[in-house]
Amino acid sequence: MSIFSPPKSLFRGIFLILIFIFIFTFPFPSTSTFTFLYAQQNQKDEIACYGDTIVAGSIGEPITLVPILAADSASQNIVGLIFNGLVKYDKDINLIGDLAERWKISDDGLEITFYLRKGVKWQDGASFTARDVLFTYEKLIDPQTKTPYSGDFKKVKDFKLIDDYTIKITYEEPFAPALVSWGMLIMPAHLLKNEEDFRKFSRRPVGTGPYKFVQWETGGRVVLEANPEYWEGRPYIDRYISSVIPDQSTLFLELRNRSLDYIGLTPLQYQRQTETKFFKQNFRKYKYPSFGYTYIGWNLRNPRFKTKEIREAINYAIDKEEIIKGVLLGLGKLCTGPFVPNSWAYNSDVEAVSYNPQKARELLAEVGWEKKNKQGFLVKNGKQFEFTLLTNQGNEQRRKCAEIIQQRLKQVGIKVNIKILEWGCFLDIIDKRQFEAVLLGWGLSRDPDCYDIFHSSKTGPKEFNFVSYKNEQVDELLEKGRKIFPVEKRKAIYQKIHRLIHNDQPYTFLYVPDALPIIDVRFQGIEPSINGISHNFIKWWVAEERQRYK
Amino acid sequence: MFPYFLKRILNLIPVFLGITIISFAIIHLAPGKPSYLQGMDPRISAEAREQLVKLYNLDKPICVQYLNWLKRLVKLDFGNSFTDGRRVSTRIKERLPITLLINILAMGVIIAFALPIGIISALKPGGLFDKWTTFFVFIGFSLPGFWLALLLMLFLGIKLNWLPISGIRSFNYAQLSFWGRGLDLAKHLILPISVAAFGGLAGFSRYVRGNMVNVLAQDYIRAAYAQGISKKTIICKYAFKNALLPLITILGLSIPGLIGGSVIFESIFAIPGMGRLFYNSTMARDYPVIMGILVIGAALTLLGNLLADLCYAWADPRIRYN
Repeated sequence: MSIFSPPKSLFRGIFLILIFIFIFTFPFPSTSTFTFLYAQQNQKDEIACYGDTIVAGSIGEPITLVPILAADSASQNIVGLIFNGLVKYDKDINLIGDLAERWKISDDGLEITFYLRKGVKWQDGASFTARDVLFTYEKLIDPQTKTPYSGDFKKVKDFKLIDDYTIKITYEEPFAPALVSWGMLIMPAHLLKNEEDFRKFSRRPVGTGPYKFVQWETGGRVVLEANPEYWEGRPYIDRYISSVIPDQSTLFLELRNRSLDYIGLTPLQYQRQTETKFFKQNFRKYKYPSFGYTYIGWNLRNPRFKTKEIREAINYAIDKEEIIKGVLLGLGKLCTGPFVPNSWAYNSDVEAVSYNPQKARELLAEVGWEKKNKQGFLVKNGKQFEFTLLTNQGNEQRRKCAEIIQQRLKQVGIKVNIKILEWGCFLDIIDKRQFEAVLLGWGLSRDPDCYDIFHSSKTGPKEFNFVSYKNEQVDELLEKGRKIFPVEKRKAIYQKIHRLIHNDQPYTFLYVPDALPIIDVRFQGIEPSINGISHNFIKWWVAEERQRYK
Repeated sequence: MFPYFLKRILNLIPVFLGITIISFAIIHLAPGKPSYLQGMDPRISAEAREQLVKLYNLDKPICVQYLNWLKRLVKLDFGNSFTDGRRVSTRIKERLPITLLINILAMGVIIAFALPIGIISALKPGGLFDKWTTFFVFIGFSLPGFWLALLLMLFLGIKLNWLPISGIRSFNYAQLSFWGRGLDLAKHLILPISVAAFGGLAGFSRYVRGNMVNVLAQDYIRAAYAQGISKKTIICKYAFKNALLPLITILGLSIPGLIGGSVIFESIFAIPGMGRLFYNSTMARDYPVIMGILVIGAALTLLGNLLADLCYAWADPRIRYN
């Protein structure tokens, strides 16, 4: 679970990550619905000062600081401050140059030419050149590297160094998410040439980013300090400390003690525990829809759930507003399809299905589920309408959500058995497709390409369309969407996909939870945007008289 | 006696091997895969997964995997962690000192309190002191540790601001003097050790009390009283020593416990100890680390048993091994 997430680290690969984090706090973005509470930000024409330390609390322990190996969010948050990619997202979720000054995409979409920024230095003083990019690419596709991210880079047909600051990358076929994939953080060739397994580097990384690595106490904290030579300008906050506290209550107590400056709150903490005078004076809370959603996935190989009427009926029978109220204490939005409100792919014309148990009963009756047995459950051909809703252990919100669903479906005569499994076992069952329905969440990246999740070619074993959804029109649109680059054109395609998937309901979309970060009031310069609050982290600052750490 | 112990030690080898085989089989039989293969992350392509399976030798039959593991173990090499690629021994070494420190200190505190409590209550079973201490230690035993910990954190850490809430070191630890560091560490350890000790007091003190009551009812104690030996001498010299004998077994059995930590505790207090390492490794199906910790635990359990037997022979002249 991540509390702090600089935008750079977010788009190293692409797509969607299944949320298996347990209590979610989404560090990410926002929209016009952005609200921030407590002390109003004092943003007169004060001059930003250097100094002070920010201490961010993190539930998860970072695992490795090698960017191409870091798969967990705790590690990604830290490497995102030490390294840069070629491209990154700005506050409006537009792709802009990072280490690349600009790029050119050939008309057929097969070639991307990156023009790299000159004068960028590694934190040890060496110059950054195209050879570092080549090295990172070679490591990514090297079969000996234990990286999970090789997929996107294996699509590269040819990688050519034109000169020290120009790279031409050729693809087999046009691939729009390829551009984002170069947000992959670049590693220094000169330091790693002779280090086969990154063992030393993973504990002592050197990058081009705004912060330099200082110290890592395993399982405790990671300390970074500002890189005075940073090419975008020295960050104002001198030190960044990520403190690992695996327990949500302790995390909150440490915040209350003001030994942490920045954590993600749970809905309960947000609504009930931080409404005191103390918190209002000392902290600033933010709230914005995260890039993720929770859903019920139906196994469409199961003859019962293959019937669209049944899925529709269940959708009508579940009161999603009630779930948001009960589980998230109101801190979430209705989810209508595979994209979230902050994404440009979101189709705002699609309306959520409202709670209507009568309609649900009618639909069920249409497909023959009409008679009820003594217990009040529907029966057809002597069989009771009963299924198992599977979810993972350790996620309190999902458990509560499942219970509310169980209750609501009982009212229309469907018996739900809830089964909660440890994550590893849970995945095993999904891999084997031995489930009827799962309650899960996806964390989304900024690029809307969801080919792996909804394309019919991805229903094979261990692939991610585990509900076995098939729709030729969606297939075609998904293929088209990843082949063209201009956002305006892609927007039309993905909004259509949003509509189609909403209509087909392979998932019952439930809610988009809000991200709820809280930050010590002494930090200024925070600019809420649709891309969250951390996009301009290096511009945050603390007035000299309020600095707490020297 | 020596041949007896030689035999015991030789006997340990097959037992140890048996433990490793069973552990290895069980952790591989459990559903789920190592964390890299576990993530439902579409960024990770099927090919990349296959490749990782091969790199970790997970495609080989399980007996081959076991033999490879055993071959390395003979050279005392536990292999590399699946999670971060570092040596298992390094990962364990990082976590061991703090775990040992906390467990040994907690054990010390438990013994220091449990012995007097047990003995004094045994002198007058059912008396006021016995009743009150029984009440007190059972409160400690039955209160959920995490709850007590949170209350103490709230009270001592936030309300009174006397003690740090979590972690084992302050931010400025590196800048402190030697004594400053000691003090800093001590302040951080007070809460976790007190909470751990409070929870463990019941078992040990009740054991001491029970043994002591038994011993005090023995004929030789009565005989000693009849001889007119002072009560103090009887209790300290004759009864106490004999009451301690069965505790040797308990102490021997608690040796492997010294390297194990509690996940709940370590999470609440944010202590990077063995409990969290083991828990996280299990969740991530990091087989080499799990096996490493299990092997050390098994070795210590066997060693603890052996030591307990040795100590018995040394402490109790009635026991002779032949």
